[in-house]
Amino acid sequence: MSLVQNVPAFSILLLMLCGIVCLVLPRRAARHLADCAIALVAAASVALLVYFLQGGAAYTYSMGEIGAPFGNELRAGMLEAAVATLFSIVTLLSLMGGRAHLRSDIGRLKVNLYYISTLFLLCSMLALVYTNDIFTAYVFVEINTITACGIVMSKEDGYTLAASMRYFIMSLIGSGLFLISICILYAVTGHLLMSNIQEAVAQLYAQGEYRAPLQVAIALMGVGLSLKSALWPFSSWLPDAHSSASASSSAMLSGLVLKSFIFLMIKIFYRVIGAGIVRTHAVLDLLLVFGILGMVMGSVNALFERDIKRLLAYSSVGQIGYIFCGVGLGTPAGVAAAMVQVAVHATTKAMLFCAAGGLMDASGGSKKFRDIEGAGRRDPYAGVAFIVGTLSMIGIPFFGGFITKLSLVQAAVTVGGWRNLLSILAIIVSTILTAIYYINVLAIIFRAPETAPTKASEKLKEEWKKQVRLDTEYEVAIVLFILLNLAIGLRSDQLMQIITTGLSMFG
Amino acid sequence: MSVFFANLPEYAAMILFGIGLSNLMLAKNLVKKIIGLNIMDTSVYLFLAAKGYVENSVAPIVSASDLGHIEHTLYTNPVPAGLVLTGIVVSVSVTAVLLSLIVRLNEEFHTLDIDEIIHILRKRDREDLK
Repeated sequence: MSLVQNVPAFSILLLMLCGIVCLVLPRRAARHLADCAIALVAAASVALLVYFLQGGAAYTYSMGEIGAPFGNELRAGMLEAAVATLFSIVTLLSLMGGRAHLRSDIGRLKVNLYYISTLFLLCSMLALVYTNDIFTAYVFVEINTITACGIVMSKEDGYTLAASMRYFIMSLIGSGLFLISICILYAVTGHLLMSNIQEAVAQLYAQGEYRAPLQVAIALMGVGLSLKSALWPFSSWLPDAHSSASASSSAMLSGLVLKSFIFLMIKIFYRVIGAGIVRTHAVLDLLLVFGILGMVMGSVNALFERDIKRLLAYSSVGQIGYIFCGVGLGTPAGVAAAMVQVAVHATTKAMLFCAAGGLMDASGGSKKFRDIEGAGRRDPYAGVAFIVGTLSMIGIPFFGGFITKLSLVQAAVTVGGWRNLLSILAIIVSTILTAIYYINVLAIIFRAPETAPTKASEKLKEEWKKQVRLDTEYEVAIVLFILLNLAIGLRSDQLMQIITTGLSMFG
Repeated sequence: MSVFFANLPEYAAMILFGIGLSNLMLAKNLVKKIIGLNIMDTSVYLFLAAKGYVENSVAPIVSASDLGHIEHTLYTNPVPAGLVLTGIVVSVSVTAVLLSLIVRLNEEFHTLDIDEIIHILRKRDREDLK
């Protein structure tokens, strides 16, 4: 066993430990500790990814002395390592990109609590990615819920409090359904480790026993996890929660938290229930239909929005629809397309939310369209980030979004019947709508103010210039985000290769 | 009928789950929502505990003095008990966070009704636009 195989357990435990230590540290030290811990985890995940790229096989990692079928296990493969790398890098960049807002949005005494929430949030997401034990997954789902609501409500104005309450309630309904589904699976199979459950489920299915409980368990699992990952009809909580939170929180929530549940859902469908059984179940068709509706409805809602952060949040609903469309197609190519979209949307949307924070700074803290006019000129970093984000979201070649749409269409062409037609039609409609509302945003943020500069606007500009000189961290984060996006778009063949190899290691 | 009585705890758990879930979704008062959440969680623990119970069995604890002459052969399944304990810890912490959030909401809006809170926020939004 090589040293690098300890990375999954190491990252989870390190983040948890640093989270606890943050509580007693001074503010500045807590901030540095959090940054260093996340950077270290990112580096370690890259090392693990390199290990798999050099031909390492997927392995299970026993937590403690007691082995399967009673003990607790982690499992790592190429896909898990890649997702962990993505999550930790995007978390770090989101924290950097929204640092100035953290200073103003969150009380000085609560900064430490914010970093604790962030560390535990990343910890829970990595645990969801790596765990091989279904009840451990439940515990980390709940930790994820609490910390995700924690980083929303840390801003503590009326909007965030109400939004996090709604978010909390919807999440708890989701995790309640998830829990009862786990209990049914345990009652039917007598196991908690994913690989053991899969063996037992396959055996039960072959004998034709317990069909109804298994169907109910799959359905509850699907509904519970799609509530938490904001599949369209369940996404009513998302725009409020994501738009009212501080810039880094929005970036992390929209970019990562939703994806961690989608990854868990893919994992449960393919590793716990088994691909063959899930494909015979209606749940995939439902996910496909609602994913397609989400693609269209999210874009339609975004079209009428006059608030930059709410627009980005509705756009997330649409983009999540693409992921569910890929998962719902049910073929390996479809799941691969979904994973590409996970990577593309995580980097693009996190960048756009950080840039939206910059635009708000350049417009006196308002996120309304009429106030951010010309903000892209005042803050060129945010302006360029929005250009890159728009190109990627629309799906212009050489950007990430193009790869998603290409692989999704390729996956859709191979499945027959109504699925094929419906998903391609939805991709076209959604692309057109996305183009309309993102180009509208670009037009607004680069428009020269019609009136001559007043005294107030001159003063605002001066103030903003002073502030920006202090904030090199934000600029670095935006530049890194842009590079990351370009890298995903230009090196898409490598990304695709990692994902397909990872998926073949997955099942 | 015998099937019904054999699975009585499961039926009770499912009915309680339904009551809790509908309360969590439909109740307007936030504290009542939390009560619904707790009913829902408790029903799951009942379900799990019922799954782990074996009739005429003893607690799965073997002390050193027993090792030579174990009289009982049936033990209850300890795994669901462990799951219930973990679940209780989770639900206690979630309840604590939610209750403190409700306290803050009440300070801010002077009401516990979620619909009213949303109504107040919409009003604020409209005033902002003017």
